[in-house]
Amino acid sequence: MTHFLEPNRIPIFQIGDCLLLTIQVDLEDRMIMTLKDDLAERIAKTHAKGVLIDISALDVVDSFIGRMLANISAIARILDASTVIVGMRPAVAITLVELGMSLQGVRTALDVDRGMELIRRGAAEEAARLHEA
Amino acid sequence: MRPEPEQEEGAADGEVIPIRTGADVSRVRRVTAAAMATIGASKIETTRMVTAASELARNTLDYGGGGEMRIAIVGRMSKRKVEMIFSDRGPGIADIALALKDGYSTGGGLGLGLSGAKRLCKEFEIRSVPGEGTIVKVVSWTERP
Repeated sequence: MTHFLEPNRIPIFQIGDCLLLTIQVDLEDRMIMTLKDDLAERIAKTHAKGVLIDISALDVVDSFIGRMLANISAIARILDASTVIVGMRPAVAITLVELGMSLQGVRTALDVDRGMELIRRGAAEEAARLHEA
Repeated sequence: MRPEPEQEEGAADGEVIPIRTGADVSRVRRVTAAAMATIGASKIETTRMVTAASELARNTLDYGGGGEMRIAIVGRMSKRKVEMIFSDRGPGIADIALALKDGYSTGGGLGLGLSGAKRLCKEFEIRSVPGEGTIVKVVSWTERP
């Protein structure tokens, strides 16, 4: 379960082998840096295969936040977990593209259900590949 | 000395927001959103302007060594616009054309701050004097028939 119910910290929930976090507040720079560290440690500790980041409550993603999301996703990948960003608002998506950020290497899904599905499918394919090998 | 009164979130007009910390960048975003709401801007226009404000506030902090943002609502009735002026007394920008190029960064960022903000606002003006500082003015309004 969650361990980080502290102010200025985003709680990370564990569901099976997935970590779920939902960003419900205006993200201050310090918070997202802390989140990056917390998440890396939690992935290592729980052996999570997937990370779902729900940003449906975020009404702005600027280039700094975008870069941090891409960083988190890259760190998770190295720790053998795949990240899916879910719930991006249409206005945020339009603005990100106009800003010139393509969030390359970051997977996205419309909502938590679809994001979870992506992670499960990825894990199943991985298992099948290992089985065949 | 009296403590500063809590700023009302909707009272954006004529406000001056100091930009000294990351928390101030968040405050710039909130104040911009409130101003855009005041002129009845759409969701997408608001998101564009708040994102641009966030980029410019961060530039002011990271490259200008801090500064301030002045925000005002100009014009009347349905022609109202939100105008923001970011200023710092930092090292300035020697080559503005270069600084406006996508991907150009001196600070390890993505180099989308200035160029991105320019794309997101209806009007964008920049003046910079090396050794004296930088001023960026952006204006946005809402498209209505």
